[in-house]
This record gives sequence, structure tokens and C-alpha cells, in this order.
Amino acid sequence: MGLKALAGTEVAAKVGAKAPGSVVSSDQNSILVKSSALAGVMRFLKESPEFDFNYLNNVTAVDNLDHFEVVYNLTSMKKKHTLCVKARVPGRQNPEIASIAALWHGADFQEREIYDLMGIRFVGHPNLKRIALWDGFNGHPLRKDFL
Amino acid sequence: MPDYDHLILPYSSGDADKDEGLLVNSLIARAQQPIADPDIWLGGVDHGGVVLTSIDAVFGWARSKSLWPMLFGLACCAFEMMAAAGNRWDISRFGMEIFRPSPRQADMMIVAGTLTWKMAPAVRRLYDQMAEPKWVLAMGSCAISGGTFSESYSVVPGVNRILPVDVYVPGCPPRPEGLYHGLMELHQKIQKAGYLKGNVHLPRLD
Repeated sequence: MGLKALAGTEVAAKVGAKAPGSVVSSDQNSILVKSSALAGVMRFLKESPEFDFNYLNNVTAVDNLDHFEVVYNLTSMKKKHTLCVKARVPGRQNPEIASIAALWHGADFQEREIYDLMGIRFVGHPNLKRIALWDGFNGHPLRKDFL
Repeated sequence: MPDYDHLILPYSSGDADKDEGLLVNSLIARAQQPIADPDIWLGGVDHGGVVLTSIDAVFGWARSKSLWPMLFGLACCAFEMMAAAGNRWDISRFGMEIFRPSPRQADMMIVAGTLTWKMAPAVRRLYDQMAEPKWVLAMGSCAISGGTFSESYSVVPGVNRILPVDVYVPGCPPRPEGLYHGLMELHQKIQKAGYLKGNVHLPRLD
């Protein structure tokens, strides 16, 4: 395969130049994006010829108790490189972040799964309802305070 | 009985065409006379075809030896069930090889695997659609009690919460031998239950 993992610091510099203030921090493996700027950054990463991330490997989420972290793994089939993008979502009552299902259709079911099991609302998702559990289930079982 | 021994062909190694010629010629040489037709059926049976037994015994024997299972599997136990149906263990030795894809034609349900609450209404509906008499075999820890998922938010803690279970086969998953043991226990249960006692009718799940 020969996929190259892009350094988060280098990507962060280019994204920051394009959209100032959108990147919170970065390290060798990932960039942490401001959740309000996520949609624009993801669109840039997909559509800019330099990055050309035409494939979304997966979307997942982590419960850190004081905030949720949504994690996106991107791959460019043409450029043969990958990147990990993260965004922090504060609050436990009504955590919200922009949906990227319009950019990569593969995100559709995965965002529904995160909504189902973690309770994060993806704003702009075309069909945001439970996917694994049944309608009317009480709670979000992958949250650390479930049970 | 007619004697076939003169038709047994010799094996040989060497030139294949030459061997074939030898075989055919030797078969022709030894097949100059027709073999006598079997005549064991002549004269009927010694007891005149009369057997004394009970209807319960006959029907129990017939039912238990032609159980048609419902074709569905829920989880990894289904692979052991498939192995049991395959040629190595060969469930057709028990007259059960006809896994029916329709509940209308099935006599028994092997609940092979973890049953989730989301799947439970579908399984109960399939059970309701099966014609009487019908039997249920719970295969594996998950079907028996929920197994390692028994305290989960999404798993039914034992299929006997929604179905009457006749036989429980423990294991995670049970090997085909274990499934067969459960099936043979079920055969005995059917044999003992009798035909004339009637069947238990459950209230429908509406």
C-alpha cells in the first residue's frame, strides 16, 4: 500500500493559513480542530488538490467525561497519504457538532451510530435516528456514565 | 443370493489403455449369463405384515425421526449448526437435513446464538408462524441465559423469556456432537410426549 501518515503539525500550518483560528492544537499524529470550524476544515481537506482526501476511513467518538472527542480518519487514494482529525464537543446534555455526511456518504451510518451510542447530535445529518438500538431506548450505552 | 464375485474387476498398474482393454475383455468373458433377479420379496413376510404397537409409539417414532429444523442462525453458534448439517457430521443421519427457510414447513427451531431485544420480536413471530406441533432447542450459553452478555442492555437473558424451550444445549459454542446429543434428547422427549395427549397452545404475542 505504502500509505504515508501526514504529520499533524505540517497539516495544521497549512489549514491555519487557509482558515486562521480553526486549529486548536496539533501533534505528530493528528490535528485538533475547533468544533465550530470542523465543516469548513473538512471541506478544505477534501477539496484542496494538495490534500485530496477522497476517502473517509471511519468516524468514531471518545467519551472523556468533561468533553467528547469525535475522531475522523482520512485517506487520499491518489496522494497515498492519511490524516487523523479530531474535534472536541463540550457538554453532556446536548453535545452538537456539524455533520460531514454530505462530504463523505460513508459518514452517514457512522454518525448515526455515534448518535445512538454516545448521544452526540450531528447537525445537518439527513436522517439522524438510532441505528443499532430501537427507537425509545433510554440513554446512550457507550457513555461512561451509562449504568 | 446371486453371486457377484465373478464380476469384481482386478486392479492393475501400467499402461492405462492396455489395462482398460484387459478389464473390458475380462468383464465380457465373465458376464456371459444374466444375474438372477432378487426374489427375497416372494412369499411375503413371515408374520403376515401384522405388527402390534400403540399409535403413540408409531407417531412419536415418525415425528421424532423426521424433524425439520427452521433455517436461521443468530450468531457464532450458527456455524456449529452449519457444521452439524455439513458432510462431516451429517445431520441427515437423523432425518433432519431439510432445513426449512419457511416457518410454515418447520417442526423445530434451533435458536443458535445471541438473541438481542431488537431481534426478539422477529424470532417470536417466526415461532408463532410455525405449525403445531413445534419444538425449540436453545443452543449455546447466550440462548440459554444470555451467557456472557446476560447483563447487557441489548441482549435477551435467555430465549425462554420469549419462547418455551424444550432442550438446552450448553457450550460456547457447543460442538456438533453436543448439538446432536441435545437433538437426540429432544427425540426421546417427543417419543415420550405422545401424540394423543395434545399440544400446549400458547397465547399469541400481539
